[in-house]
Amino acid sequence: MKNRLRVLRAEKEITQAQLADETGVSRQTINAIEKGKFDPSLPLAFKIARLFNMSIEEIFEDED
Amino acid sequence: MKNQNDTLAARCKRNTIHLGIWTGAWVLTLALVAFGHKFLWNEDTTISAIMIFINLAVGVGMIIANIKHLNGLDEMHRKIHLEAMGVTLGVTLITGLGYSMLDITNVISYDAEISYLVMIMGITYMFAVLINNFRYK
Repeated sequence: MKNRLRVLRAEKEITQAQLADETGVSRQTINAIEKGKFDPSLPLAFKIARLFNMSIEEIFEDED
Repeated sequence: MKNQNDTLAARCKRNTIHLGIWTGAWVLTLALVAFGHKFLWNEDTTISAIMIFINLAVGVGMIIANIKHLNGLDEMHRKIHLEAMGVTLGVTLITGLGYSMLDITNVISYDAEISYLVMIMGITYMFAVLINNFRYK
């Protein structure tokens, strides 16, 4: 699953560790999501979306 | 801002320590049964039965601590461990039965020992977790 997480994070000038803090996961998990190696669960996707004041669809894109 | 991650890190640390303590206690009670039977209580079967019961009870504690440890991880690390457990189960099943067949068919001259299977389980799990950690990096 593609996502705009890295770009959004850069725009807000927050680090992976800070995003991990806010969402209650590890920095490695944020890194894996950004690289598209791990798809977050729906609750985590909602948390991320809320943090950026966006909808899930605006951040994550289904590749199918 | 730091509260949640401190909670995750603190929870992981606390659960890992608990798991370590329970695992250590389980190994200790197991060793006590294995060696105590002969060297400490002169093969008294009543004492051995009580010690085995204690070992089983501590084993249940270790399982609960392991479940708590897994539930305390974040979702990606839970997936890493789930996949590692799947690999370990498969490897243990096929090597265990294969090893047993080697014994039954007398291909090997000695009896199949369960301790080898436990070693294979541990090594497989360790490598599977390491490989999965690398995959999700």
